[in-house]
Amino acid sequence: MFNRRNMLLWGAASVVLCGVCAGVPARADDAVKIGLILPMTGGQASTGKQIDNAIKLYMQQKGDTVAGKKIEIILKDDAAVPDNTKRLAQELIVNDKVNFIAGFGVTPAALAAAPLATQAKIPEVVMAAGTSIITERSPYIVRTSFTLAQSSTIIGDWAVKNGIKKVATLTSDYAPGNDALTFFKQHFTAGGGEIVEEVKVPLANPDFAPFLQRMKDSKPDAMFVFVPAGQGGNFMKQYAERGLDKSGIKVIGPGDVMDDDLLNNMGDAALGAVTAHLYSAAHPSQMNKDFVAAYKKAFGNRPGFMAVSGYDGIHLIYEALKKTNGATDGDKLIEAMKGMKWESPRGPISIDPETRDIVQNIYIRKVEKVDGELYNVEFATFEAVKDSGKTKK
Amino acid sequence: MASILTNLFDGVAYGMLLFVLACGLAVTLGLMNFVNLAHGAFAMAGGYICAVLVNNSGWPFFAALPLAFVGSAVIGIALERTLYRHLYSRSHLDQVLFSIGLVFMSVAAVDYIMGSSRVFIKLPAALEGQIDLFGVGIGRYRLMIVVICGLLTLALQLILAKTRFGSRLRAAVDDPRAAIGLGINVPQVFAFTFAFGCGLAGLGGALSAEILGLDPYFPLKFMIYFLIVVTVGGSSSITGPFLASLLLGIADVAGKYYVPKVGPFVIYTVMIVILLWRPNGLFGRTAAR
Repeated sequence: MFNRRNMLLWGAASVVLCGVCAGVPARADDAVKIGLILPMTGGQASTGKQIDNAIKLYMQQKGDTVAGKKIEIILKDDAAVPDNTKRLAQELIVNDKVNFIAGFGVTPAALAAAPLATQAKIPEVVMAAGTSIITERSPYIVRTSFTLAQSSTIIGDWAVKNGIKKVATLTSDYAPGNDALTFFKQHFTAGGGEIVEEVKVPLANPDFAPFLQRMKDSKPDAMFVFVPAGQGGNFMKQYAERGLDKSGIKVIGPGDVMDDDLLNNMGDAALGAVTAHLYSAAHPSQMNKDFVAAYKKAFGNRPGFMAVSGYDGIHLIYEALKKTNGATDGDKLIEAMKGMKWESPRGPISIDPETRDIVQNIYIRKVEKVDGELYNVEFATFEAVKDSGKTKK
Repeated sequence: MASILTNLFDGVAYGMLLFVLACGLAVTLGLMNFVNLAHGAFAMAGGYICAVLVNNSGWPFFAALPLAFVGSAVIGIALERTLYRHLYSRSHLDQVLFSIGLVFMSVAAVDYIMGSSRVFIKLPAALEGQIDLFGVGIGRYRLMIVVICGLLTLALQLILAKTRFGSRLRAAVDDPRAAIGLGINVPQVFAFTFAFGCGLAGLGGALSAEILGLDPYFPLKFMIYFLIVVTVGGSSSITGPFLASLLLGIADVAGKYYVPKVGPFVIYTVMIVILLWRPNGLFGRTAAR
């Protein structure tokens, strides 16, 4: 907080000084400004904090100068309210003259900023929101997080191949939940699986008991679950309380439910849950081990998939600037980003040149205890998964 | 058959929990005629006190529960003495504005101190899992809730009906001026009652972390449920809110189990039907002053 304010004050002071001594309009040409819009308060705050942390970490490691230009981050809190996002994006573009807008904790926020990116012709780097349509809303949108279709289709394919025939689904009744359900169903039933029970729970759901009892009575091989990250813990506890773990009903789902950020607090109830996702803090590469160690040292907790998305997002911006030699023309930057490939803590990833969406490995993981802590341990990999949820190809 | 009984049990446990959370509100709203929307904030305080004691200081869960009660009651009495009592004689609108402001302050404060992610309380192993009673699955934790809340309800009813304090309280509510004339220290009675209500909420908050989830938005998320309990139950006694909580708990669970598509609305439908039938709630009295 204080750092940010200090930074802004210093920024303002130096701008004034420059303006005075040079007598010219105060926009320094050797700085690249990134408007970072994240939910830093409210229910989605953990997303914002992870991304903000990861970007700070990246800039500590790689320095704050790229291709001779100084990188300046302007962080704004939209509390995941799209109206705020739009207003903040407008202020950043018009008043602060940012060269990038980035962040966006939830889908509506990313969509609200899309027309502004198009109009201003500046890149919008989406670091969290996960609905497929986002990158179709502006030719200036690039995504470094994931789409729900990526993980939901893969877990569907995996389930069919691994002897799971009957599945009951429990998903939260909102856009990402419905996305997850649709994509899972498509792939699971196409492979010959059967959905025996489908329950959509309200987003503000106080108690899972009745829904879980219904799941139990429908006797599936597994239940497919998607609830907002914060509710995952309650869900798993009640799942164990009701003895569903002992009755042989497995939990499968996209990995959001088993976010590294929360996993360790869920208790042993979470053990054995199988999810498909882009990142696990237990990913066995050396790069990830270094990343996790550095993140833990700097911020005291484990990075989750949101942190990695932020880390890759800022990396993408750095690399694009290197490629354009510091030129900040939006079209050139987007061209530079298309098709870019690199090794991330999550594994090899690239930006699809056609959709500007991320192409990445999706891992099947199982919750296990490693050194007394719960981790998602990866045991199967689906390589270079594209987003299959695009309406047009 | 077994699943009907399991559902019934879950409903009763959920209802009992709602009752402990909301009965303090029934007391302040019904007996003291004060609209305290910040009631959930005290529940949240209890939940966080319990969570910190158990998770960070290593207290056993059952030792932390009474402290959740005491802690919330102390916060309650401090706020009552410094803030609330100035608003007893003000209009309901002032009370609403004041208490909703308090809710937002508590949300922001807890978010700042404890962080915005959900907090879980580490439970002893004895409370985990289900026991099988004649083929009916009974959750241990829920069984504990039913026992604790049942005993509390009994105790409350006895205190109100049989003790000297209970009769003082009822006198102070019915006619404060006459009560003062009889030598009853009305502000003290009110302060004590308020603190007790806050303590109950705190205990409810600690108990509910496992089932409802505990995060800084707790007071906002569950305000509506507390208000439903009090409006449906009527606010003249604690029997009303008690029956209302049970009814709503069972209806909510049954609705979500048997008709999952419209399940979340069942609780509101029940409320509307009851209020159409008895606008003052199940046990309402007409025009409280």
